[in-house]
Amino acid sequence: MNAIDRSHARSAAKLLSGNAACAQGAIDAGCSFFAGYPITPSSEIAERLSVLLPKAGGVFVQMEDEIAAMAAVIGASMGGVKALTATSGPGFSLKQENIGYAAGAEIPCVIVNVMRGGPSTGMPTRPSQADIFQTRYGSHGDYPIIVLAPASAREIYDETIRAFDLAEICRTPVVLLYDQVIAQSSETVALGGRPPVHATRKWASGPRDSYKPYAAGDDGVPPMPRPGDGYRTHTTGLTHSESGFPSQDPETVTRNLGRLYAKLEKHRDLIDSYEAVRCEDADVVIVAIGISARAARRAVDACRADGHKVGLFRPITLWPFPEIALREATKTAKAILVPELNIGQLRLEIERQLRDRRVEGLHLISGEPITPAQIAAAATKLATGV
Amino acid sequence: MFRDAPHFDVRDYLRKEMMPHFLCPGCGHGMALRALLWALHELKIDRDRLAVVSGIGCAGRLSAYIDANTFHTTHGRPLAYATGLALARPDLHVVVITGDGDCLAIGGNHLIHACRRNLKLTCLMLNNEIYGMTGGQVSPTTSETRLTTTTPHGNSEPNFDACALATAAGAGFVGREVTRHVPKLKELIKDGLQHPGFAFIEVLSDCTEVYGRKNDMGSSSEMVLRQKSEMRPSAYRDSVDEPFRSTDLPTGILTRNTRPEYGAALRAAAAARAAK
Repeated sequence: MNAIDRSHARSAAKLLSGNAACAQGAIDAGCSFFAGYPITPSSEIAERLSVLLPKAGGVFVQMEDEIAAMAAVIGASMGGVKALTATSGPGFSLKQENIGYAAGAEIPCVIVNVMRGGPSTGMPTRPSQADIFQTRYGSHGDYPIIVLAPASAREIYDETIRAFDLAEICRTPVVLLYDQVIAQSSETVALGGRPPVHATRKWASGPRDSYKPYAAGDDGVPPMPRPGDGYRTHTTGLTHSESGFPSQDPETVTRNLGRLYAKLEKHRDLIDSYEAVRCEDADVVIVAIGISARAARRAVDACRADGHKVGLFRPITLWPFPEIALREATKTAKAILVPELNIGQLRLEIERQLRDRRVEGLHLISGEPITPAQIAAAATKLATGV
Repeated sequence: MFRDAPHFDVRDYLRKEMMPHFLCPGCGHGMALRALLWALHELKIDRDRLAVVSGIGCAGRLSAYIDANTFHTTHGRPLAYATGLALARPDLHVVVITGDGDCLAIGGNHLIHACRRNLKLTCLMLNNEIYGMTGGQVSPTTSETRLTTTTPHGNSEPNFDACALATAAGAGFVGREVTRHVPKLKELIKDGLQHPGFAFIEVLSDCTEVYGRKNDMGSSSEMVLRQKSEMRPSAYRDSVDEPFRSTDLPTGILTRNTRPEYGAALRAAAAARAAK
């Protein structure tokens, strides 16, 4: 499990949708800037933050389009504040160029993508899990990114806070990825008071003359210059040297991009998060995220009641994928089942990681969630070898 | 050296480690940059609190030369980046440098909404009528019939009047000047920097290498001299009766109003709500 301490006092239960839990999580994480553009099924996050942020001394702005919203979030973060935007698949596509900028220029920010059916405008009010690859590979070029995939309103609250922490600690964009069902269903959630915020940005300090904005220590994360502190640095989306100025020197370019990947690897103990349910002796392990994982959890109980050894592995951190934990959770499994609301995105990743194993997919693209019964039937079939 | 600039040495404001710069010989952008730095000098703006945000293209590269907090962002988006930065940090002085393609083509939507919003930003649009960095393709400001690498038979699209667009979209301050008159450009930029809302300044620049050459517009000095015959200060224009009025682009301050500044209005509304 992740090492960020998420323990804080629980208060009385509230009825909250996933999107409302996200907005509250952002406030409790210390977010003070939101820029967005309305899109179903994410708009409730913006609507709620338009109320909460000004009260908390922050700024809410509805920008002219999705691209502007992402740009404004990066601009605010460059100014030194914790910033958030929320969108859905079509808007997330539009944000991709600037997400790549944030990854390359190392600007912390959080982007919520509430998945809906696609492609294109698709099904705005129907769930989907078809943006899994877009979160990881959507922007051009090579870049690493952190993607968190919570599966309940309570977990959205926690993971929103963790997303801000990871963004600040690793100086990177973090995507919070969940589906329409979890976003818009209301659940009873016991939130704490304001939890401790563990991560504050590492700001540049020390002599200004010798300061290099992209010179990193052992953790691979360079301290960030805050405008007004006198460092007068240059930030660019071009490949750059430690000085921050553009460079196409092969060695410099290679070293810098390598550091971006390495800095996430160095923080894997903070980043990796997952849930493994009854995997110790499982013949079949179901791997799922979001609403499909909720259904799979029920399917595990149903299969176990029928005497079949079925378990569930649920990556909460989707990228970088917690592959060591996956291998541990599936060591007794004869087959892996991947139920998801797409034609096989998570399955492809699991197949890539467990190349010597039997991996089956259960894919639904109708705009409806997969039921526990559908998953239980597929898992039973694998468990009994029928 | 200009007579009225005894204490201004542009080198004090440049990042010397970035020299030599990458602009082509004869490019007007250097004069625009000089005018901006001169204006900053005369207004004594603290460069620790100065943020310069630029987009992509020749104009976009200028931010790297300024010794301040500088941000070279994505194509067409500097106004959107600057909006987030200025809202998050109202204590900073935020200047945007953009080109005609950056600002009016890919970034056109951000421009009209920045004008409408009236957040305190100073936007310098350097208009050389061409996409210089990508090799001289037609831009939204390329004059009709001119030749470019993507209009080999002459441009058949009418060009934008960026100042009219900014005025119509509600910008609090709109001005235009030519690089030929660096001291006047400096004064206009000073006015823009002091305006308490969104200031849009179009700078008529020249691209000798990939535009002038292709259209037989002569050397860079001839291109700059042409600005004299083609531009009319608005004061001059208005003093002439309608039939004799120049149809050319007016220069100087074209629009100035004192609409509420967006950031201050937002903060005031939030404070009022918090007090209830």
